[in-house]
Amino acid sequence: MSGVNRISGAGRLTPARTARFTFDGRTLTALEGDTVASALIANDIHLVGRSFKYHRPRGILSAGAEEPNALLDVSRDAARRQPNVRATVQEVFDGMNVSSQNRWPSLAFDVGGFNDLLSPFFAAGFYYKTFMWPKAAWHNLYEPFIRRAAGLGVAPTEPDPDHYASRYTHCDVLVVGAGVAGLAAALAAAKAGAKVIICDEQPEVGGALHYDSGTVVDGKPGYTWAQETGKALAGMDNVTVLTRTTAFGYYNHNFVGLVERVTDHLAAIDKTLPRERLWQVRAKKVILANGAIERHMVFANNDRPGIMLASAGRTYLNHFGVSVGKQVGIYAAHDSAYEAAFDLKKAGVAVAVIVDCRERPGEAVLAEARSLGIEVLTGHSVVNTTGKLRIASITVARNGGGGARKIAVDALLVSAGWTPSVHLFSQSRGKVKFDAATERFLPGTYAQDCLSIGACNGTDDLQATIDEALAAGELAARAAGAEGGGQVALTGQNAFEWTGGMIGAAEGAGPDTTVKAFIDFQHDVCAKDIRLAVREGMHSVEHIKRFTTNGMASDQGKLSNMHGLAIAAEALGKGIPEVGLTTFRQPYTPVTFGAIVNHSRGSLFDPARKTPMHAWEEAQGAEFEDVSNWKRAWFYPKAGENMHEAVARECKTVREVAGVFDASTLGKIEVVGPDAAKFLNLMYTNAWDNLKPGRCRYGIMLRDDGFVYDDGVVGRLAEDRFHVTTTTGGAPRVLHHMEDYLQTEFPHLKVWLTSTTEQWAVIAVQGPKAREIIAPLVEGIDLSNEALPHMSVAEGRICGVPTRLFRMSFTGELGFEVNVPADYGQAVWEAIWARAEPMGACAYGTETMHVLRAEKGYIIVGQDTDGTVTPHDAGLSWVVSKKKPDFVGIRGLKRPDLVKDGRKQLVGLRTKDPKVVLEEGAQIVADPNEPKPMTMLGHVTSSYWSPNCGRSIALALVAGGQARLGQTLYVPMADRTIAVEVSDMVFFDKEGGRLHG
Amino acid sequence: MLLIYCPYCEEERSELEFRNAGDAHIARPTNIAEITDEEFEAYFFLRDNPKGVIFERWRHIHGCGRFFNAARDTVSDRFLTTYQAGEPKPDLNAQPKTSATLETYDEALEGAAQ
Repeated sequence: MSGVNRISGAGRLTPARTARFTFDGRTLTALEGDTVASALIANDIHLVGRSFKYHRPRGILSAGAEEPNALLDVSRDAARRQPNVRATVQEVFDGMNVSSQNRWPSLAFDVGGFNDLLSPFFAAGFYYKTFMWPKAAWHNLYEPFIRRAAGLGVAPTEPDPDHYASRYTHCDVLVVGAGVAGLAAALAAAKAGAKVIICDEQPEVGGALHYDSGTVVDGKPGYTWAQETGKALAGMDNVTVLTRTTAFGYYNHNFVGLVERVTDHLAAIDKTLPRERLWQVRAKKVILANGAIERHMVFANNDRPGIMLASAGRTYLNHFGVSVGKQVGIYAAHDSAYEAAFDLKKAGVAVAVIVDCRERPGEAVLAEARSLGIEVLTGHSVVNTTGKLRIASITVARNGGGGARKIAVDALLVSAGWTPSVHLFSQSRGKVKFDAATERFLPGTYAQDCLSIGACNGTDDLQATIDEALAAGELAARAAGAEGGGQVALTGQNAFEWTGGMIGAAEGAGPDTTVKAFIDFQHDVCAKDIRLAVREGMHSVEHIKRFTTNGMASDQGKLSNMHGLAIAAEALGKGIPEVGLTTFRQPYTPVTFGAIVNHSRGSLFDPARKTPMHAWEEAQGAEFEDVSNWKRAWFYPKAGENMHEAVARECKTVREVAGVFDASTLGKIEVVGPDAAKFLNLMYTNAWDNLKPGRCRYGIMLRDDGFVYDDGVVGRLAEDRFHVTTTTGGAPRVLHHMEDYLQTEFPHLKVWLTSTTEQWAVIAVQGPKAREIIAPLVEGIDLSNEALPHMSVAEGRICGVPTRLFRMSFTGELGFEVNVPADYGQAVWEAIWARAEPMGACAYGTETMHVLRAEKGYIIVGQDTDGTVTPHDAGLSWVVSKKKPDFVGIRGLKRPDLVKDGRKQLVGLRTKDPKVVLEEGAQIVADPNEPKPMTMLGHVTSSYWSPNCGRSIALALVAGGQARLGQTLYVPMADRTIAVEVSDMVFFDKEGGRLHG
Repeated sequence: MLLIYCPYCEEERSELEFRNAGDAHIARPTNIAEITDEEFEAYFFLRDNPKGVIFERWRHIHGCGRFFNAARDTVSDRFLTTYQAGEPKPDLNAQPKTSATLETYDEALEGAAQ
C-alpha cells in the first residue's frame, strides 16, 4: 500500500508502480508520478518543516511552484544533494532520500520552537533595532547565531558531479504555460504554420486541469483533452513541447530563459544526459498563459500543518488519488473552494463544514453543497485553530461577534481567491493595472511583443479563455509571418461559475488584534507586522517590504504580496493602486547555479591563451603566470631552486651571457596605408613622419584627457607600413581605441588596422652573446651595429623561414626580437636554444624580464602608471612632441591640474639598508613620526631584489618626486619603518653603453 | 539581452556582439589644442545622462568592427533606430512605427480584427 491516505480508484497514478524513498530516515512507499508532497500526504505526513523565524511546525501548503513551507533536502548520493527543494515540485524516484531542514534535534521536537514563545521580542524590524550595539558583536555573536537559528537548508560541500547543457533557439511563438489557454494558443499558432515552443513547469501538460475535474473541453474531460492535445502538438514538426521546463526570466527583446529539469525525476541517471538544460529562447512573439495562484486566508494560527490551499487539496485527490485528511474543513471567500468539498465528499471523505466569510456565495455551489449534504456556514469565519503538530480543530464564529463553535478537523482547505500570475508580464517591463471590481492586478500596458491570455489575463470563463487563446495564437503566428491555413475551433465548459475573493486580513485578524495571522509563511510575516511597519513610518510599499521582509523569501511572495499590500493600504488609509505593487524580478522560481554557470566551469570558465612555444616551456619545467588570458612562462627553476634563486640566476646570466625570452604575447597591430604615418602622429605623442623605414621608435599613447594609455615600440617597415607593438594586456583596447579615432574622428585618413598578435611568435634574445647566438641562423640581414643599430628592424630569413628581426631591448642589453610566423615559433625557438644553451645562456621568464627592465628604469604601463599619470609624471617628457599641431591628449595635457606643481612623479627609491626589499603598493611619507592620519606622498609601484646591483631597487610615484632627488623618505610598515632615498630611475648601466654592444 | 540592428551588416544581431561606446554626436574639435578649459570640459567630460532618448555610439566589435550610432530609450532599452557613423541625427518623429511599439492587449486584438 502506497500510503494510508491513498484512495482506491481515485487519481491518475498506477497503483502497481511503486517507488521507495526515505523521509528523515523512515522508509516510505510512493507511486511513480508522485511528488514528494503527495507521497508524504499519502503516508499521512503533513509536518515537514519548521518556520524560518519562530520555528513553528509547518506543513505542505500548496501543490505547485508557489510552495513556501515544504522546503526539503533531497539527495541521491553524497555529491548529489540539494537543499531547499520544494516538495510540491520534486517528483519521487526510487531510492531518493529526503530530510527536513531548520530543526534540531528533530522535526517533532525542535529547540528553536522556543522562539515562538519569545515572539513578542521578534517583531518586524527587531533585528535592525536590537542587534546594533556593540558593533563588533554583529560579526562575532549576533549574525552567526541568527544565521544558525533562522536557516534554510545546508549547502552541499562536494563538487557537483552532474553536467548541464545550454541551448540558444529561435521561434515564432513561445507559449509559456500548457494549461487550457496555453495549449489552445499553441494549437492555433501551430496550425497557422508558426514555429512554436510551448513549455510548462509540470511533468505533464494540463495546468489547472490536473485538479479541475469538472471541466469539459471539446466534449472530453479537460485532463484527457490536454494530454491528447499535448501529444498532437509534440507530433507536429513545427512544435517543441517542453515539460518540466520553467520560464524563469523574461528579458529584453523577447529573450526568455527556460530551465528544463532533465534527470531529477529519474531513479537511475543516464550520465550522457545533462541534469538540467538551459534554453535561451528568442521569440518573435510570446504568449503568456501563466494561470493564477490561489491565495490563502489570513486568520489566527493559519499556519498549522494540515491547512492547505483548496486547489492543492483537489490536486492531491484528483490527480494523485490522495486525501489530505479524514475529516476535512473548508474555509473560503471564493466559490472555487466548494468544489474541493464536492470532490472529497464524492470520494468518500468526510467534509466537516464549509465556512464562508461571505454572506452570499455563488448560488450554484451553494445548491450543490446542500444536495451533497455538506453543512455551509455563510457569514462565518474561522477565528482560531488548535493542534500542536497538525491541525485538530477550528474555532468558527459568526462575523461581527457571536457564539464561537469548535469543530474537529484534521485538515483545512482554504481559499481567498486567485491572483493572476503577472510575474513574467511584469518582468517584461509591462505595467499592471488594478481591476477594482475583481480586486486584482492585470496586464495593462505592454512593453514587449507579448500577449497574456486566460487566468493570468483575468479571463475566468472557460469558453472565453479558449476563444481568447485561439485568437492570440493565430494573431501571434500571423504577426510572426506564418501563412498556414489551419484554423482551430474548440468548446469548453466549467462545472461551476466561480465568484468571490478577498485580499487582506480576515475576520478576527484585523487591526485591533495581535494574533499570528500569517501572510508570508516562508519569512514568518504576520498581518500585524505590516501594520507595525506602517506605524513605524514606512509608507512606501518598498519600505514596508524591506522592513518586514514580506515577499522577500525564495517564493518571492507568490502567496503573500496581495495580502500584504491590502493590509498596508488599509493601515495607510489609501487605495491599493495608490500603494502599488513591488516589481517582480527574475527568476520566477529559484534556478540552480549549475544551470546558469553551465559549461563555464573548471578549464572552460575562461579560455587560456598559450604561445606557440608553450609546450617547450612546459617541458622545461617553467612556472607560469596569468597575464590577461595568457599563460606566460614566469621563471624556469632548475632542480632544487626556489623562485628567488631561479630569478637571480636568470638575471645574472642574461647580463653576463644571454637569455632567450618568449615575448609572443605582446600586442601587435599592423598599421598600413598612405596615411599611416599621419595616423600614428595623431595616436602617439611623438612624431612619425621623420622615422625612416627600417628604424623603430618608442611611442606613448594618451587618451584625450592627457593620461598615459599604452606604450610600445613601433617599427617602420616601409613608407606606408608600420609594425606597432602594445602591452600584453592592452592589445585589444589599443586596437579598439585606434579604430575609434580612425573610424569616427579621422575617417578621411587612408589607413587599415589589423591585429597580428597571434600571427607572430616573438623570441627575444638578449645579452652580450645575443648576436653570436642568432648570427649563423639568419640569412639576408646584416646584423652589425652599423647596418642594424639599436632601434632598427629588417626583414629576412631565420632558419629558412621569413622573419621581421628587431634590434631592440627591454633589458638594457644588446638585444634582438625575432618575429616569425606563429607556426614556426617553436621550431625557430628550439634552433636558437640549441645554440644558446651550449654558450651558457638561459631561458628566462617574465619575473626576470621585470627585474631587468626595472634595473634600467623602463616603466610598465599599468604597473608603474595607473590611469592618472602623464608622460611628464613618468619622466617621459622627451617622448612628447612640442611641434605637432595635434595628437590625442594634446589638450588634456594642458589642463590646470595636469601642469600644476606637486603632482605624483615616477622616481627611483633606494632603501638605506640595501638588503630590504620594499613591498609593492606600500605608502610613502615624509615624517614617520607624524600622528595618524599621516600625509601620504605616494606609493611603491615596482620593487625587486636586483642581483646585478646587489641591492634592492624600487620605482615609486611620489608627490613632487623629481624635486626630491636625494631626500630621505619613509615607508611605514606594520612592524617597522623603512628609510629610503629618492633617486633617479636607472639603477644599472647609467650610460647605456651595453645597448650598443 | 538586447537585439541591435547593425546598419553596416544590415542585420539584427545579439547584444553579445556589440560594445557601447558612449554618447554620439560629440565631435572632437579640429582646433583642440587651442580650445579653452571650459570648452574642453564640455567636449570631454560633460554628458546629459538623459532619462528617455539617448543618441549613443555602438561598435559591432565581434562582427564587422564598425562604429555606428543609435537612438535608444534609456527607460525601456528599446532601440528607436540605428544609423551609420557620420550621418546626421535622425528625426525620430518621422520614424515609422514598428510592430514593436507599445500596444495594449485590446489594441493588439483590434489590429488582428482589421
